[in-house]
Amino acid sequence: MSKDSKKGGISRRKFLQGVGSGIIGSYVLTPGIAKAAEALKKNSEKLILSVPLTLKVNGKQAHLLVEPRTTLAEVLREKLGLTGTKVACNNGECGGCTVLLDKKAVYSCHILALDAEGKEVTTIEGIMKGENLHPIQQAFIDHDGLQCGFCTPGQVMAAEALLLKNPKPTRQDVLEGMSGNVCRCAAYPNIIESVLAAAEKAGSETAELK
Amino acid sequence: MARKIVKSRYYGDEGLIETMAEVPVDKLKAWGPDAELKVVGKPVSRLDGYEKVTGKAAFTFDVSLPRMTYAKILRSMVPHAKIRSIDTSEAEDLPGVLKILTHKNCPVIPWHWGTTVLFDTEVRYQGDEVACVVAESMQIAEDALSLIKVDYEILPFVSDPSEAMKAEAPKVHAWGNIIDGKPSLYSRGDVEKGFQDSDVIFEDTYSTQVVVHNPTEAHCSVVSWDGDKLTVWDSTQALFGVRDAIAKSLSMPASKVRVIKKFMGGGFGGKLEAGKYSVIAALISKEIGRPVRIALDRKEMNLSVGNRPDSVQKLKAGAKKDGTLLALSHYSFGNVGAYPNDADCSWPLRTLYKCPNVRTEEYSVLTNLGRARAYRAPGHVQGTFAFESMMDDLAEKLGLDPLELRRKNYTEIDPVSNRPYTSKLILDAYQKGSEAIGWKEKRKPAGSEKGRFRRGIGMASQIWWGGGGPPAYATIKLNEDASLHVMAGTQDLGTGTYTFLAQIASEVLELPIEKIQVTIGDTETCPYCSLSGGSMTAPSVSPAVRDASEQMKRKLISAAGAILETSESNVKYSAGKMSRLDDPAKIISISEVIEKLDEKMIVTTGAREANPEGYEINTFGAQFAEVEVDTDTGKVRVIKVVAAHDIGRVLNQKTLFNQLHGGIIQGIGYALMEERVVDTYTGKVLTTNIHDYKIPTIMETPQIEVIIVSSGDLLISNTGVKGVGEPAIIPTAAAIANAVYNATGVRIKSLPITADKVLMALSEKN
Repeated sequence: MSKDSKKGGISRRKFLQGVGSGIIGSYVLTPGIAKAAEALKKNSEKLILSVPLTLKVNGKQAHLLVEPRTTLAEVLREKLGLTGTKVACNNGECGGCTVLLDKKAVYSCHILALDAEGKEVTTIEGIMKGENLHPIQQAFIDHDGLQCGFCTPGQVMAAEALLLKNPKPTRQDVLEGMSGNVCRCAAYPNIIESVLAAAEKAGSETAELK
Repeated sequence: MARKIVKSRYYGDEGLIETMAEVPVDKLKAWGPDAELKVVGKPVSRLDGYEKVTGKAAFTFDVSLPRMTYAKILRSMVPHAKIRSIDTSEAEDLPGVLKILTHKNCPVIPWHWGTTVLFDTEVRYQGDEVACVVAESMQIAEDALSLIKVDYEILPFVSDPSEAMKAEAPKVHAWGNIIDGKPSLYSRGDVEKGFQDSDVIFEDTYSTQVVVHNPTEAHCSVVSWDGDKLTVWDSTQALFGVRDAIAKSLSMPASKVRVIKKFMGGGFGGKLEAGKYSVIAALISKEIGRPVRIALDRKEMNLSVGNRPDSVQKLKAGAKKDGTLLALSHYSFGNVGAYPNDADCSWPLRTLYKCPNVRTEEYSVLTNLGRARAYRAPGHVQGTFAFESMMDDLAEKLGLDPLELRRKNYTEIDPVSNRPYTSKLILDAYQKGSEAIGWKEKRKPAGSEKGRFRRGIGMASQIWWGGGGPPAYATIKLNEDASLHVMAGTQDLGTGTYTFLAQIASEVLELPIEKIQVTIGDTETCPYCSLSGGSMTAPSVSPAVRDASEQMKRKLISAAGAILETSESNVKYSAGKMSRLDDPAKIISISEVIEKLDEKMIVTTGAREANPEGYEINTFGAQFAEVEVDTDTGKVRVIKVVAAHDIGRVLNQKTLFNQLHGGIIQGIGYALMEERVVDTYTGKVLTTNIHDYKIPTIMETPQIEVIIVSSGDLLISNTGVKGVGEPAIIPTAAAIANAVYNATGVRIKSLPITADKVLMALSEKN
C-alpha cells in the first residue's frame, strides 16, 4: 500500500496553501452577504473555502462542498456518516481507515477527498448486502480475527483488496497483503486464519459453480 | 439471597486493594475440573462480532450528537517553562471558534494529587496542557491552535532519570525529583549473610526502555449537559472511576454524572484514569450550552497519556552449587515523567522463587517528560525481563539447565506473605511448555550455533495476580419470551467480556446464547463493577453472573412449584422448562411462569463472593521462545512461542487464545522494537507517530502455541477463573532475550533488542 504523501512533487501542506489562497481570491470577488464578505476579507489568510466535489461512494453519487484540504476519511465519516471507516493515526501509518479506491486498498486519511473524484470508493458499509455480512466479515467472526474491533473494518477492507487481486493467497501473501494494517491488540494469528478461510471458502464456492 | 459485608483484599493493576464489600453469605460450589459444562469454556464466537466487523460498533470516537462542537488542546512545545502570557485574541476572532480555555479563565481544579492544576502556569513536559479551543469543526479548532501566542519563560529541564536523581539536577517540582524523597524498600531475611553463605554470586545491570500504549482508538470523550446532569461518553477502562473523578473535579454529585462506554479501541492500562481532556470538555460544554467532542491525535497519544516507565535494574543473586537461591538483591530506578507515579518493578524477584533473603531498593524518578501510567502488568514486565535474564545467566554460571534452576527454587508458599497459593501449576507449565518447544531435543549449548542464521531457544516464568475479588455485581432480567438480559457495570476492552458474561448465564439457565443480551459500560443502568485492569474483570464479574443466574433458577423452580402445586424439591429444571419429578407430564415453561406472575420479567442481582481467607491468588506461567538471529544484519526473528499458563478456568477458548496471542505479540514489540526515543538535548520526544514508534505488524507474527495447564481454581470463586490479560506479556521479552543468548552466546541486557545492539555485542565477543 502506498504511503506516499507527495502528489506530483508537492507536499500536501504546500498543495493546500496554494489551493487555499487561490480559491479565496476568486470567491471574495463574487457578491455575497456583506458581513460574510467582510469576515472573509479580515480572515482571508486563515480561511479556506469549500469547493464542489462529486464522489462515487459504494455505488452512489454524492454531491458535496468540501474544503480542499479535507481528506477522504473526513468526508466519509463527517459528511457521509460512514463511521465504519476508523481513523487511528490520521497520518497514513496504521491502515485503520483503509477503503477501496478503484478496488485498491488505500489509506483514506492520507488521500484528499478531491483526489478521489472520478473514482469508485468502497467502504466497509459498501461490501455488505443490507444487513447481510460479506464472507470476509463472516470469516473474521468465525475465526475471531479481532479483539477491540477498532482496526477491524480496515482489516476487512485490506483483505477484500487482497482477495480481489489474489483470490488464492498463500500465508506469505496474506502477511504481505495485510502488513499495512496495524492491530495493536495483535489479533494477527486469527486475522491470518480469517483471511485464509475467506479465500478458501470463496474458492470452494467458485468451484461448485463450475 | 443473604448477603454480608466483609473486608475484601485483592490485587489490582497496581498492587493491593483493600476495601469493604457486600458478598453472598453462602458460597456456591465451584464448578469442578470434571464439571460437564456445555457453553462455558467453549469457543463461542464473540457476541459483538457483528457490530465490529461491520463498523457499526459505536466507539466513543464515533459518537455524534446534534449541535456537537469540537475541542482541541494546545500543548506545551517545550519540556519546562513558565507561561508569561497567553494571547488568544487572534484565535478568538477566527470564525467558528466558540470558546478558548486557558489558565486565565479556567477554575483552579487540582490534578495528579494536587501537584498541578487543569491548566497550570508552569508546564513540565512537552505535551502539558496550555489551552483548549472549542469550535464548530475539528479543522477550525486546529487552525485556531496555531493562532494562540504563548510567551514562555524557558526553565532548565531534565530528561534522563539518572541525571534527575542528582542533587544539582533541575527540579521538576519544587519538592524534588524522587517520589516521596526516598526509595521504596523491602527486605526479608539477612541478605548479606545469604551472599556470604553462597557458593556462587552473580551480579549485573539490566535496563528497559519507555514504551507507549498506543491503542488504536485515541483517548476521547463526548460530553453533553442536560441542565445540571452530565453525560460523558468516554473511551475508558474505568467507568466509575471516570465518573467520580469528573464529579469531584466539577464539584457535583457523582449521581449527576453518567459515563457510557459501549466499545473501546484498546486500553492496555492507559485508559484506567480520568483524563484532563474530559473535564476540560465538560467545563466548556456547560458554558457554551452545546455538546463537545474531544479526541486526542496520535502525537498527543505518544506524548501525554501515559507509558510504561523505563528501568535500570542492578541485580545480584547468591546460590549454592546445586542452584538453591540464598540471596537476591535488587536496586532500580525508573522514569515516571513529570507527575507522580511509581516505577517499581521488583515484585517478580520477590515472589517468583523461594529465597529466604531478599532486599529491594527502588526509586521512582520525576523528569520533564510525559507521565507514566499503568501499562499491562505494570512493573512485572520490566522486572521479569531483568530477573529472568539474570536467572538464565546464573544457570549458565552454575552449569545448570535454566529450567532445572527454576524447578529447584519452586515455592508453594508466597514468599512475601507466607500464605499458600490457592493453586499453582507452574511445574506443569514447565513440563508441557518445554515438551512443546522441544527443549530437550532442539536446544543446544549457548553460542554453539555457527553460520549466518543462528537459532536458539529460551524460556522465562511469570507470576501475576489476576484473582480479582468483590465488590462486583450483575443484574439479570428474564423476559416473558425467555430471553435474558445481563447487566454489569464492567468494561469490554476487546477482551470478550460481552461474550463470557452471556456464556455463564447460558450455562446455568440452559438458554441458547442467542437469547442473551448483555449491557455493560454504563454507570447509570448497570450495578457496580470495578475497573478493567489487573486481569481482574473475568475473575471478579463472572462469579456475580453465575450467582444471579443460580438465583434466577431457584426463583423459577419456586414459582413452578407453586403453579404445579408441589414442593420445590419435586421440581426439575431443564433448558428453560420446569417439570414435576413425580409426574413429568406436568411441565411449564419460563414464558408460562412469567405470564402467570404477571410481572413481564423476573430480576435478580448476583454478587462476587469473598476471596478465601489466608491464601494468595496468583496466575503462573512459562513461555518458551525460539528465535533466529541473522548475524550479518543483527536482526532477531521470533519463530515460535509456546505459552503455558495456569489461569484457572477457561471461559471462552476462542477469545482467551486470542488475548494470549495479543499479549505475546505486544511482548515481542517490547522485546525487539518499541521504544520512546527522547532527544535529551532538547527534551523532546522523537517518536510521536506510528511510523517512528515501531509497533509489531502482522509480519512479526510467530507461530504460537497456547497450553492452559489449569482447569479451574476451586478455592477462588464459583467459576474458578483467574485473569489472562496480563500473564502473556510478562515473560515474553525475557524468553526472547534468553533465546538470543542461546542462539549467539551474547547477552543483550537492554531492551529493545535491536539489530545494532546485537551486532555490537557479536563484534565485542569476536
